Amino acid sequence: MRKAALIMLSGTLFGAGLALSGMMDPARVRGFLDIFGGWDPTLGFVMAGAIAVMGIAWWVQRRMSAPIANATFHLPDTQRIDGRLILGAALFGAGWGLAGLCPGPAIASLITNIVPAAPFVAAMLAGMALFPLIERCKGAS
Amino acid sequence: MLLSGFPAAQPAAGFAGGLLIGLAAALMLLGIGRIAGISGMTARATGLERGGTPWATAALFLIGLLLGAAIFETVAGPVEARFPPHIGWLLAGGVLVGFGARLGSGCTSGHGVCGVSRLSRRSLVATAIFMASGIASVALVNALGGGWS
Repeated sequence: MRKAALIMLSGTLFGAGLALSGMMDPARVRGFLDIFGGWDPTLGFVMAGAIAVMGIAWWVQRRMSAPIANATFHLPDTQRIDGRLILGAALFGAGWGLAGLCPGPAIASLITNIVPAAPFVAAMLAGMALFPLIERCKGAS
Repeated sequence: MLLSGFPAAQPAAGFAGGLLIGLAAALMLLGIGRIAGISGMTARATGLERGGTPWATAALFLIGLLLGAAIFETVAGPVEARFPPHIGWLLAGGVLVGFGARLGSGCTSGHGVCGVSRLSRRSLVATAIFMASGIASVALVNALGGGWS
């Protein structure tokens, strides 16, 4: 129960933070990436605020043996920088620039602006569904 | 608050929103012991991914995400949001974001916030690449006359 409440609270704070930050405004996101045009640095402040808090959280995490409401930490430990990471990030960035949306703000926009958010989220899920299909084809060949 | 030279910027709201996002991710890390990676949790909650985060964790987090945006709107009024004028940008952008986030094992939340603050090499590289690629994508579309913001 405590675990479920913590997860819900985390999601709720995340959603409210996205709404306050300007990340749910695709034109503003695009403005941040438009460094050759009318650059809007707002998202730099969003990143700075989030990374500052999380920097402290990681410092605390390294001194904990287990999380507060779970038996163990489940954290990624991969270090490898491979083609998948590079190509994936490059494609992700291209789409982010085209639509001005990334997954969190897109999902939160389903409740504030469903008409434009729904086609983006549907296309995003299709893109996510495409990924294991391509993996399987590669595995079979 | 205004930032001189950048009349459209909202540095105070941006920073405060960032603090909330950081707090949310910190709660997930220190409370549950997991990364607040939204693309991964979306794939998990919709059944497109079977391993990793438990389904209920992913689903509860996403419900919270919607709830948080709804509460914000109720308290503070409509969220400013200017979407692309053509559905084509939304569809093309969506497919690239979804596929790219899965192939690259993360998005702006997992790599950009959680990984960068952990100084993870993979996340630092991914974040640098998707920022550069986003900048290139916006510049290219603007140069071709398709800019909409």
